[in-house]
Parts: sequence; structure tokens; C-alpha cells
Amino acid sequence: MALLEVSDLTMHYRTRSGWVQAVERVNLSLDRGAAIGLVGESGCGKTSLAMSLLKLLPSNAQIKEGQILFDGNDLVPLTEDQMRRYRWERISMVFQAAMNSLNPVYTVRDQIVEAIQYHMPMRYEEAWSRVAKLFEFVGLDPGVMNQYPHEYSGGMKQRAVIAMALACDPDIIIADEPTTALDVIVQDRILKRMDEIRSELNMAMIYISHDIAVIAEVSDRIGVMYAGKMMEMADVVTIFQKPLHPYTFALMSAFPSVRGEKHELVELPGEPPDLISPPKGCRFHPRCPQATAVCSEKAPEFTEVEPGHFCACWNPRSK
Amino acid sequence: MVDTASQQVDRAAMRRERWRLFTRTLRDNWRLFVGSKIGPIGLGIVIFFVLFSASYPIFMAVTHNPRIYDPVTGFDYDLMPTSNPHPPTWSHPLGTDVYGRDILSQLMYSSGHDLLLGLIAAGAGVLLATLVGSIAAFYGGIVDMFFMRVADIMMLFPFLATLVALSALMNVSLLMLAIFLAILTGFGTTSIILRSQALQVKVKPFVEAARVSGGSNFHIIWSHIVPNVLPLSFLYMMFSVTGAIFTEAALAFLGFLNVRMSLGIIIQNANTSGYLIGTRLATYWYMWLPAGAVISLICAGFYFVGRGLDEVVNPRLRER
Amino acid sequence: MPDTVTATDALIKVDNLSKYYPLASGLFSRVRHYIHAVEGVSFAADAGEVIGLAGESGCGKTTTGKLLLRLIAPTNGYIYFNGIDVARIPSGGKLKAYRRQVQMIFQDPYESMNPRKTLYDIIAEPLAVHKIGNIVGREQVVADSLARVGLVPPETFMFRYPHELSGGQRQRVAIARAIGIKPRFIVADEPTSMLDVSIRTGVMKLLLELRQEYNLAMLYITHDLAVARYMCERLAIMYLGRMVELGPTEEVLQNPLHPYTKALISAVPVPDPTFKREAIPIKGSISRPVDPPSYCRFYPRCPVATDYCRENKHPPLEDKGDGHYVACYNV
Repeated sequence: MALLEVSDLTMHYRTRSGWVQAVERVNLSLDRGAAIGLVGESGCGKTSLAMSLLKLLPSNAQIKEGQILFDGNDLVPLTEDQMRRYRWERISMVFQAAMNSLNPVYTVRDQIVEAIQYHMPMRYEEAWSRVAKLFEFVGLDPGVMNQYPHEYSGGMKQRAVIAMALACDPDIIIADEPTTALDVIVQDRILKRMDEIRSELNMAMIYISHDIAVIAEVSDRIGVMYAGKMMEMADVVTIFQKPLHPYTFALMSAFPSVRGEKHELVELPGEPPDLISPPKGCRFHPRCPQATAVCSEKAPEFTEVEPGHFCACWNPRSK
Repeated sequence: MVDTASQQVDRAAMRRERWRLFTRTLRDNWRLFVGSKIGPIGLGIVIFFVLFSASYPIFMAVTHNPRIYDPVTGFDYDLMPTSNPHPPTWSHPLGTDVYGRDILSQLMYSSGHDLLLGLIAAGAGVLLATLVGSIAAFYGGIVDMFFMRVADIMMLFPFLATLVALSALMNVSLLMLAIFLAILTGFGTTSIILRSQALQVKVKPFVEAARVSGGSNFHIIWSHIVPNVLPLSFLYMMFSVTGAIFTEAALAFLGFLNVRMSLGIIIQNANTSGYLIGTRLATYWYMWLPAGAVISLICAGFYFVGRGLDEVVNPRLRER
Repeated sequence: MPDTVTATDALIKVDNLSKYYPLASGLFSRVRHYIHAVEGVSFAADAGEVIGLAGESGCGKTTTGKLLLRLIAPTNGYIYFNGIDVARIPSGGKLKAYRRQVQMIFQDPYESMNPRKTLYDIIAEPLAVHKIGNIVGREQVVADSLARVGLVPPETFMFRYPHELSGGQRQRVAIARAIGIKPRFIVADEPTSMLDVSIRTGVMKLLLELRQEYNLAMLYITHDLAVARYMCERLAIMYLGRMVELGPTEEVLQNPLHPYTKALISAVPVPDPTFKREAIPIKGSISRPVDPPSYCRFYPRCPVATDYCRENKHPPLEDKGDGHYVACYNV
């Protein structure tokens, strides 16, 4: 039994112009200690999916169907009150633009202490020493914990936010673009530390990024999302060496690398669809170089093409 | 890549497209304005009073005898036997005041003048504030400091006392009051608000882009900063109208203004002749209630229009 | 400084360019502190050449770009455009004449266009400012530019507002604005960093095509070395306001000589899970160049630093063969 088992999760946003089909029948499973990476371009639903897992959704969002089995319990029907026991204590999150998720008028220590005390009955001094331990753990000097966020560099803020996510010993951390605003050297250090933390604590991670290179470095499995749907999922080596879905292939051929041979960058024509009225059939078919008649008629099922390799495509590139 | 470099543009098609997109923008904004619900109500009120006051000169020219219906010198001899003020009758739907003058005529005459005063004061003031705010924000440094200190002075300016002194020295007309108020708004609070908006615009990359393109300071202020401040200016103009009309009413009530007739003066007349006391307030309601209601309605009208515009101007208020 | 760094016949040649910003000091404090945002930067670009400027945030790459366009006035140094020094020309006619020939493409496609102007106004602005052509002529130029960047048919785009377009389309409009007056030199400040991968490639290719068509010199500022690899003939790496390495892009990336360049390249994640990157040898983190000491800027973090590095001035850029310049004593 996997730690997290998501099946057919569908989440839509209600807007003035109609329902935005942000997450559509997504399946994924995550074992203890594993790391899964979700890649996709902006608006592909990767952040919406993460927010649905924590049920941290705005009032106009609705989970239409599906299950989120965490440790065997379905989170979908839970009330806000019941959800609180899972949020942060079992599943925590490192938000996108973490720089801005720290409150500028409190010291970093106080903010983490508050997060701890909210979930665990603990005296202030106790929580305090816990923050110091967490700081050391994420590679920050505990001496800086009494400072205010604006005295931190971007990398330090990111580490502080990771410390906050670790505060209640969660089973899963969802990291949404954890290093996007950082310079490469800082990014490299933080990703390394997060990877070490995962193995030290046997914690599961969900990484979300638009950068397939970042995802490739820290994940065991990769899921590729497009227009609210999971297009392909496989272990990291398979997906890079044998991508089945034309979108996965296009994403990789458009991605430049500093190392290795300088391959021609392939341009993918068109733009991602409007999710209020997504294309009929496969959502990728208007931009797909391999589309056939059936693609515009029926949406392909997300099926296991070979052991551990899932793909939703009528014409996968090669078995 | 399509090679169309040498293809001639279809100018007629372009014009049509421009018109279509322009009207579509208008339509979209109108829909937002209507969607605010409060906006159209305000617009209705404002339009009603514009028509209300515009119909006065027509009545005077066509049906009404100026000797009876002039707001200041009119007097109805048919009502001689009974004393003035007179309660509403068919010929005087809102009655007459203590001197026998038709109150409805006074209202129609005054609301026109008050609307004009409000619009001139607010329009000129906000135009001034837009320029002052944009210039102060754009040049910064000493220019900014100068205008902001001027704004501080304007905000601390004892303008009521000044007006009292001024009215003793000379006759303060409505136009003078409008100019006075325009200067107060133009260099005072509104200019500070619009300056902060201009400061946000000034640091946008499109200002740098214009600079790279060789645009002069004038060009940048005029075609990049002012257009982005203007929607907010327009919003504040609506709120300023309200302020100007209230001020006029208050000053006229205190007797500091040299005007023939105004909404404030109607109430002042009722007051000085002793009709705003105790039970007489209810008996002689027509002496103060209509004028008070007109002031409140006009102000509410402009305020509501402002609130409706807020919906159009501030995208953050829009729900998706 | 060897002459070849700043070849005299180059279209744009930068010599020893510096920009210091005073730090706000106390009212009665007599000591003024300066941030040395850009210091002693020299390079040259020929017509038709793309020079990449890469480095971490705060390294002075954007400041350098803005200095070249005189959006910021330089503290020291020379900028020769076509042999004429534009570093100190007064604002007014001469500066305007210079700006007739240069353009800039900005990073953020959402903020670099006035939201109250139509695409026609945006693209025609440089033409209108320089009073080029009449209205009919400008309409034709705008239509051609739009068509050239792939927004067809141009008639349907011309009078739209920027907010009606996607990020990729907006960046194409920004490019159309830049090419309308047929400039000879363009500063592109991270033009693709906010675009999605599938959109980015098209914009990168478009820029390279236009470079050919117009024989443009381009300064391509980026933090992404992988993108620089595809865009630039030559690549310069900056660290704390100083240029530490400059050379043919492939040479710099595959055979980096400066310890900082090595660290930077080894930190870039590789989209290949079987590739194992070497560990980054440098320590510490980037600081601000406030009143920096005269020795090498990289000295405090350098893994190969010697006493010689601390006792001497910041090393000059030296040719190590084939136009590969490095500012390091220990190469």
C-alpha cells in the first residue's frame, strides 16, 4: 500500500466565463521515502494538483471526483477541521515564491515557533530549541533565527521555509518550484540538502517545477502534465531515454542543456489551450505532430504501457 | 515564419478592426460598470438632475412667468391673502418660501449651478492634481519635495477661515469658490494620491522602453505616465464633486457666498427666518427637506458613479 | 589590455566601463560608501554578433546593458558606437540620434508595455518619437513588423491591447517594437526567462533570424547558461561587477578556465538523469560589492587562491589563446 494514492482526481474552478478544468482525472501514487516530480508549463495544473492534495483551495474551487488516499484514509470527504490534522503534520508544503511567504514583521524564529505550537502542544522554550535544531538541519546558522526575513538572502529564506515545512515531522513535503527564483549555485546546494533530508528522514517528496533538469536531479519518478492532465509517468531514466508521449518528447527537445552534444532545439507550434473549453479528445492534439483522427474524437486513457510506465496517448512514439 | 514583409496592409479592413476593438473595449467597460449595480443607479441620479436643472430655463422661457417664478425676485400675488411660506399647491408643487418665492424654481435654478460648480471644481482640481502628481513623481528630487511640501500646506490650510476673511473683503462668487477648491484639490490630498500612483507607473519597464526609443521627458510623462494615472484621476474627480457641493452648501448656509440662490441658501433662509426649530421642522418640511434631499441625492449620485468606475478602473476588485 | 578584446573596427566597443552607486549615508557621516555595480568592463561586438552576458543576480549584467543604452550614466569608461564615444554625450539631440540606432528587449513581457496603448501605438512609438515616416508609412511598418514576428494577420493584432495576448505573443510584440526602426544594436535583457519552454524556443529562433536579417549586434543578458549556449557566439561571465571570463561560447562552457565559471557551470542542472555533475568547489555566498578591496573580487570564495591574488590588484582579462580571455592569476 502506497503512502499516497491519488486516483481520478478532478478539480475545477468556477469563474464568470465557466468552469476551468484545472485538474482532470489525475492518478499518482507515492511510497514512503520516494520522490516524485511533476513537470509542466505554467497553467498545466501542477500547482492546482498540489493544492488539491492539501485541500488548500480557494472558495471557487471544487473537487469534482476522485480519491486522495493518504495512509489508507480518503482526504476528499474530510471537513476543514478534520483536514487540519493532516495538513502540516502529515503533509506539508514549501510554497512557490517562498520568499514572500514569510511575514516581514516577525522574526523567523517566532514564525516557525507559531507554526509548531499551532499543531503540537509544546512550551515556547521547547519549540524554540526545536527551531534551532531545524535550522542546523537545513544548513542555516541557528544564530540568525532571531533576525527578520529581510535580513536573509534568498537562499536563506528558502532554507527557513523548508525548516518550517519540516517543523512537524511530516510524511510528505510538497515543494512547489522550491528554487525557481534562486541563482544556480544556491539552487544546487538547496536541492542537494533537500535530497539528503529525504533519505535521512525517509520522507516522501513531491517536487513541482517547470524545469525538467531540476526535476531530473531530485526525483525517482516523473509525471508530465499538460492542460490539467497527466500525460506520462515513469521512472526518471525511462522517461528521459524512452519518452512515449509526443508532448514529453517535445518538452525535452525544446530544453537546452549546457552539457553534452548541442542538439537542435525543436519548436513546438501553438500555445496551451484555454481550460474553460479544452480541445475535444486529447488535449494536446492541436499541437501534436503525431495526431490522427481518433485524437480529436476521444481522450486517450492513462494506461500502463509497460511495467511502471504510464502514458495517455493513442499513438505513443515507440513501445 | 510567414513572409508577408512586402504585403500591402488593407487599410479599410484595419479601420474596421480598430473600430470593432474600440467599441468592444467600451462595451466591456460598460458591462463592468453595469455589473457594479451601484454605478448605473448613480448615473441615473446624475442624469436626472442634469435634465432637472436643464429644464429650468426652458420652463422660464416657455410656460413660467419670471415675475412669479424667478428664484430670487419672484412673487405670486394670487397667494396674497394667505401668508408665506405657503404649503404646496398646484402652481407651486413644493410651496413657497418665507418671501413667497417658488421653492421648486429655486431648486431647479440652484441644482444647475451646484452641478456646474461641482464639475468645474472637481474637473479643474483633478486635472491639476494629475499633472502635479505625475510631474512630482517623474522628476523626483527637489521638484517632488517642493510639490509635496505645497501639498502639506494645502492640507493644513485654514480654508474656512480664509473664506470668511475673503468674503469680508470681496464678493465670493461660485466660480471663485470653484477655483479655490480646484487649487486645494489640485495641490493637496488628491495630488498626493495621484503621485503615488504615478510613482508606481514610473518604474515600469515600459517607461524605460520609451526612454530607449528616444522619448523625451515630456513624451514619457504625457503618453505613458498620465494615461495610467488618468483612470484613478477620473475616479477621484467623482468623489471631489461630492466634496465641492457639500462645501458650497455649508458655506452658503453660513452666508459666506455671494450667489443669487443656491441649495445652501434655501436652507439658510429657512433657518434665519426661524423655521428650523422644534415642531415647525415638520410643519414647514418643504422649506428644508427638498433642498437637503437634492444635495444628498446629487452627492450620492456622483459617489455611486465613482464606486461603479472603481470596478472598471481597479482590476483587483474584479472577480474572475 | 590587449587590443583584440576591443577591436577598433567593432560596431560597439566598451572600454573600462564602470558604474558606482553611492550608498545612502547618515546625515552627518562624511564617509561615502559606494557599490561598485560594474567595474572595468571591456568588450566589443561586431555587427551580426550576439554576445552573451551571464552571471548570478547582482553581478551587474543588467546594469551593463542599461549603461550601454545610456539609461544609466556611467561613472567611468568609454562606449564607442561606430567609433563615437556615447558614454558622455549630453541628453538631447546627440543622445537621441544614438537611440535611433539602438533598442532594448525587456525581461517581463507583462510590464514592458503600456497597458493603455494598443499594439499599434506600442510598436510605432520609436517611429513616432524619431518622426520617421507619416502615419500611412508607420502603419505599414507596424504591419510588417507584426507579420515578421509571426503575429498574422497583422490587421487583427494591430489595435489590440497587450493584456489580450499570451506571454509568448507579447514578447514577440516587444521584438516587433525593437526592430521597427531597424536598429543596429539591441540589448536583450533575459527576453525568454519568463516564457515556458515550448514557447521559448520559437522566440529564441526568431531573435537569431532577425540578427541575420538586420545584421544586428546583440547583447544577450541571461542567467541561464544553457540558453546562452544556443543564443551567443561569444559569452562573458560576470562576478560582482567584474567580467571574469570571455570567449567563444562553446569554449567557455566546455572548457571553463576561471574557477568561478567552473563552479557556475557545474551548478547548472542537466536534463539527463544519468549524468552526474561534479561537486561545486567554491564556498560562501555572493555578497554586495560595497567599497570592494582592490584584489580579486572572487578571492574570498576561490578554491585556488594564493597570497599573490590578495597582494595584487584584480587580475586583468588575458588572452589564453583563441580569443578566450580570463581574469585569473592561476590559470
